[in-house]
Amino acid sequence: MRKWFYLLLAALILAAAIPLAGCSSEKADKAAYKVGAVFSTSGGYSSLGVPEQRTVEMMVEEINDKGGINGHPLEVIVYNDESDSTKTLALTTKLIEQDQVLAIVGPTFTGGSKAILDAVKTAEIPNISCAASVDIVTPVADRYWVFKTPQTDVQAVREIYPYLEEAGITTIAIITDTSSFGQGGKKYLDSEKGNYGISIVRDETFTTGDTNMQSQLTRIKGTSAQAVVCWATDKESAIVAQDMKTLGFSIPLFCSHGVATKAFIEQAGDAANGVILPAGKLLVVDEVPKSDPQKKVLTEYRDDYEDIYGEGTVNTFGGHAYDALSMIVMALEDMDEDLSTKDARAFIRNYVENDIKDWPGTGGVFTMSPTDHLGMVPGSLALIKIEEGEWTWLQ
Amino acid sequence: MSLDQFLQYLVSGLSQGSIYALVGLGFTLIYAVTKIINFAQGEFVMLGGMLSFVLIRSAGIPMVPALLLSIIIAAAIGAIMYVLAIRSAKKASGVSLIVITIGAAILIRGIAGEVWGVDAVRPPFFTGNETLSFLGARIHPQALWIIGTTIAITIALHLFLSHTMLGKALKACSVNPQAATLVGIDPRAMGLIAFSLAAALGAIGGVVMAPLTLTSYNVGVMLGLKGFVAASIGGFTSPLATVIGGIAVGVIESLAVGVGWGPFTSEYKDAIALVILLLILLIRSGRLAAEERVS
Repeated sequence: MRKWFYLLLAALILAAAIPLAGCSSEKADKAAYKVGAVFSTSGGYSSLGVPEQRTVEMMVEEINDKGGINGHPLEVIVYNDESDSTKTLALTTKLIEQDQVLAIVGPTFTGGSKAILDAVKTAEIPNISCAASVDIVTPVADRYWVFKTPQTDVQAVREIYPYLEEAGITTIAIITDTSSFGQGGKKYLDSEKGNYGISIVRDETFTTGDTNMQSQLTRIKGTSAQAVVCWATDKESAIVAQDMKTLGFSIPLFCSHGVATKAFIEQAGDAANGVILPAGKLLVVDEVPKSDPQKKVLTEYRDDYEDIYGEGTVNTFGGHAYDALSMIVMALEDMDEDLSTKDARAFIRNYVENDIKDWPGTGGVFTMSPTDHLGMVPGSLALIKIEEGEWTWLQ
Repeated sequence: MSLDQFLQYLVSGLSQGSIYALVGLGFTLIYAVTKIINFAQGEFVMLGGMLSFVLIRSAGIPMVPALLLSIIIAAAIGAIMYVLAIRSAKKASGVSLIVITIGAAILIRGIAGEVWGVDAVRPPFFTGNETLSFLGARIHPQALWIIGTTIAITIALHLFLSHTMLGKALKACSVNPQAATLVGIDPRAMGLIAFSLAAALGAIGGVVMAPLTLTSYNVGVMLGLKGFVAASIGGFTSPLATVIGGIAVGVIESLAVGVGWGPFTSEYKDAIALVILLLILLIRSGRLAAEERVS
């Protein structure tokens, strides 16, 4: 019996040794650069998280096919926080401590992003968020380690309100999701209205996951509102659009950039036509003039993404992840190769803050600075109207 | 609030409540026959809606056969769930069986999310998208389908349970399983039928509501919860009370948000159903305790 045991052991050791021997005859591979990502690929924000994850996977494959970053393969560890901010925090901690990543992309949604602000600060790791609220990067003094790539909610509001002002609309009703995203929108809809001569006559809310907003809309119908502004992501906004149609609303619906995905048009069907929203130029790539510095990045990203996932699937959310990871990759390319994890994290942060100048991403042209961790000028958002199921740019 | 608005709240609440009623009927049926609370009931509703979308849009099957097929497939999944998860658990206690149904729900939801993705989808409306007017309130034709289907199913279920042999056998099982066995009714076969039927009922609900409420892999959770509330109003035994309960919850939710008294702003709409649930449980446990003291 013993004899067989030792024979088996020897065989196992040999079997393990062979691949190792094989390895040593090749040139030593450089250690992978590990970047972490927390995306909501399930739950209420999945329409945002899934394209983000897909984009990251697409980029990693492309970069590694070309030999990695200075020979180092890029490894992005993606975790799904299920649209739950408690999980966002737990997974972020895991990425920082267990996986020892050099930077973190995401989270997908404002609630999750706010949940990890302290953790990121204590761990001194750069975090480029893909969430909307401007509160994520302000006050800047307190957000030394945090950046973000999507346009902020306040920028989106500042895109809608001038249009309303020009159209002579002075009274509106708003209907918002009770999530961090929705309430962020509500906060700025409220604070900015004075600048454009707009008054809000009714303020309704609903919860993510609600399937019937008719009661709230019936209340709105009884007012003098000349337009409805809805701040939520695609599914809930689609139901608002449909319910407005059912209830026979004749006033226009404006949505947030949370509906900047084809899924919204499919869910709302007929009711999507006529809806106006601010969104990144990715949705109207073909209408962007050649002179626009973003044209090249937009077209390439759109083509690469749709090659894999099908026509019409590109959306701005994946674009935010593209912008975030690109910035980290640029930092890694410039980085010395033998830095400790702590120094590498500091280097990446410094690079993103100081060396990203006039860089055209999919969301806009970025110039980060110590006082501005979003770095996007107004005008990076396009005002888009949905006509016959297609995005059209209102110039 | 004008009469128009009041009617509108009533009408919206009626269609939403019918959905809860249909889900609740599934709970009631399974509990009545097998004494199990099936927490996967919401998932059957989800399956009905998702399958109808997949069959119509992706497989290109015409609407009516696709809807029927969705219901049949969901019923089959219900049967499989019974055979694999419940029946094979043999003498497991009531609590274990409930946990098994929760596990089954998570499994079904997970597979749905993997196979069909996470985006919400909208199957086509049965009879188009032109809203109808009714005494100043506007109602979508799909909502009429939902209400009509709920009424039809309630009547059909009642007739089935009291006027057919099979229905009576199911009822016998719920009244007294041992006595039922003595007269030649096999409780396990009845359990299988109850699960398949409940799955079919859930799927019918899913199929008829998905065009209006959109559907996605995770709608089962909230629907299951609201249906549970409806079923608990019916004491998990009376289909009629369940339906009335479901509709009541829908109407109360709609009116509360519409009228907006006190804390019932739209943010707390979901809380309404849960508050009702708490009240029901308190009332019923009080009554049960009283019965025990008497006997």
